[in-house]
Amino acid sequence: MTAAGLIFSNIHDATIPELTRMRTIASVPFGCKYRLIDFPLSNMVNAGIDKVGIVTHNNYQSLLDHIGTGKDWDLARRSGGIKILPPFITAYDNAAANKLYTTRLEALFGVLNFIRRCTEEYIVMSDCDIICNIDIADVLKTHRKTKSDITIVTKKINPAYYPLSKDIETVTADCDGNITDVCEYMASEEQGQIEISMNVMVMQRQLLYKMLLDAAAHGYNSFYRDIVVKNIGKLKVTAYRYAGYYSLVGSLASYFSASMKLLEPDVRAGLFAVDNRPIYTKVRNSPPTKYIEGASVKNSIVADGCVIEGTVENSILFRGVRVGKGTVVRNCILMQDTCVGDDASLNCVISDKNVMIKDGRNLSGHETMPFFLGKGVMI
Amino acid sequence: MVKKKECVAMLLAGGQGSRLYALTTKTAKPAVSFGGKYKIIDFPLSNCVNSGFDTVGVLTQYQPLVLNEYIGNGLPWDLDRTYGGVKILPPYQGHTRSDWYMGTANAIYQNLEFIERYDPEYVLILSGDHIYKMDYAKMLAYHKEKQADCTIAVIDVPIEEASRFGIMTTDEDARITKFAEKPKNPESTNASMGIYIFNADKLKKYLIADEADPESSKDFGKNIIPAMLAAKERMFAYPFEGYWKDVGTISSLWEANMDLLGKKPELELNDEAWRIYSRHYASSPQYVGSEAVIDNSLIIEGCEIEGTVKNSVIGSGVKIGRGATVIDSVIMEDAVIEEGATVVYSIVDSETVIGKGATVGEDRATASGIAVLGRGVRVADGDKIAAGAMVSVD
Repeated sequence: MTAAGLIFSNIHDATIPELTRMRTIASVPFGCKYRLIDFPLSNMVNAGIDKVGIVTHNNYQSLLDHIGTGKDWDLARRSGGIKILPPFITAYDNAAANKLYTTRLEALFGVLNFIRRCTEEYIVMSDCDIICNIDIADVLKTHRKTKSDITIVTKKINPAYYPLSKDIETVTADCDGNITDVCEYMASEEQGQIEISMNVMVMQRQLLYKMLLDAAAHGYNSFYRDIVVKNIGKLKVTAYRYAGYYSLVGSLASYFSASMKLLEPDVRAGLFAVDNRPIYTKVRNSPPTKYIEGASVKNSIVADGCVIEGTVENSILFRGVRVGKGTVVRNCILMQDTCVGDDASLNCVISDKNVMIKDGRNLSGHETMPFFLGKGVMI
Repeated sequence: MVKKKECVAMLLAGGQGSRLYALTTKTAKPAVSFGGKYKIIDFPLSNCVNSGFDTVGVLTQYQPLVLNEYIGNGLPWDLDRTYGGVKILPPYQGHTRSDWYMGTANAIYQNLEFIERYDPEYVLILSGDHIYKMDYAKMLAYHKEKQADCTIAVIDVPIEEASRFGIMTTDEDARITKFAEKPKNPESTNASMGIYIFNADKLKKYLIADEADPESSKDFGKNIIPAMLAAKERMFAYPFEGYWKDVGTISSLWEANMDLLGKKPELELNDEAWRIYSRHYASSPQYVGSEAVIDNSLIIEGCEIEGTVKNSVIGSGVKIGRGATVIDSVIMEDAVIEEGATVVYSIVDSETVIGKGATVGEDRATASGIAVLGRGVRVADGDKIAAGAMVSVD
């Protein structure tokens, strides 16, 4: 049973404009040293998938820089490995056709050649806005065992705890997992659990290819509405109910809460300490993190390459962060190479890469509205 | 197909490092962990790459498993090259002879064929037991400028320590006039760092001659260098200034680790211009618990610290439980210090487990020595390991 992967790097870019102004959602930094794409990519690699196409749209420089040759995921291969699939626009098309894709289905039209030329039996698709460590090999096994045509990985959640954006698809399925309907999420008065699509899907490659050609011929533009829903009853569409740890990043506030959840031991265990399923990321060769005399760090996660002289509590420090003497950092996410001077005070701050916070600054947000400092800002 | 290289580096990594006792029962000295996320060999390898030398032969002999696995295809150091790169050179069975490496000179002699494949003008000889950052390209430029046959890197050591080293006496042009291996009454303070650049043809000539001498101990310091001096070859001392430490003993290994601590450390690893590379495996970020106290220490990714850590270097994946205390110690990767255990003035090798409430070592001020726990040792709950003790699995 062989499978190739397909990762959509830009779908959901619009949900965190603060972090995706200069990058794809796939390359949004998360959890001290990772980028969001590390999770779907590692999940695929851990299932033995050694050919992964990454569908890009725009702003993908940071993504290319992160992925490199793919060697940090063991995907620098002579055959297979990482294939970056940038938008394909020929020089002779008329201007009207030179549009970038706007939907998942149009994105798939753009990579028809990749799908056609694969030799693998299955295609596993994934987005980058969900943080989980899922056994894709088991999803594939179940897909085969249930003789499904389309398997959609789903998660039962309570929207009261997971603020959902409109681009989430909710799934209706019976107790055996047979999907009877898929539709966009609508906020309602009703409380309680709903089942949503994690946008991780398995299909037979040839079936997918055939359906894409058909959809293109009919001028369809929605994957869920025109491919999944139209075929319910004709094809076997199954929900794979994922029970493990899961975080959805759909806004700056949910990014903040998903990050803070990493301070819980169970979450770290479910994400990073699963046997034989590590999460890989780009190696940066940072030196060890140095705690200087007088440093005080409590309940925080810290990457390599930091130099800490001040106080850090309930925070997430990325590689190369510096926290000066007398500075207090609480409930913050400080991304790569953020430099905080002496005697500053930070609470509920998210700083993007290379932010410089000078001596004595006093910045505070709230967990529902974190104070965000864009890339390279000096304050 | 092999491309010609101007200079080939040969890294002597076969030594047992018997003065590191429990730390080298299962591992060759160059593969001993250092600074939390490095191994000793990362320093000469990174120096090679940063100096622009892309062809490195690593001569292994003693307990090569960990070292071989660590070096692999050389990817972490960018030494996975189509032409050149890093190559492991173990002793081998030849058509007419097969021998273990009998000494540093013999080890290079047995691999002359490897060197000749690259047809180099120069050969750089390095050893895998020193911690330092050095630009070998500058040394090579010096070697060419002096039109030397052999250049030996030297460092100024305190006169009272000079009798531990090979000492060079030089004239005003830095030409070596005399070499004394561990002299009782040293004439100078120019100590050999064990780093040599030879003109390839001269090296070959002296290695072949030395091999033919049954009395020779087949060592660079004892045989090759004296023979070349006696023949009045052009030999120069290249003065090196900066941090350099031989980590061949327990106390020097401990000191070198401690030299990384502090705001202005003796050896700065946070150096964009001269990075030290090492092999990384996927590990999660380090977690520092609500009750943890960390003071003047280095901590690496993958650690979970719930206890107290002071003046220590903690390797990747180490777990330090609640109420546990680690002071003045070096803890290597994946060791576990369980709740309430105390580790003071010790070196704890990888995958060692120190049980609940156990005590290892003694306060530095009163201890008779550094306690050393070898790889994979398990200290039972509540046990006590004395200062200066040496514990290994077998």
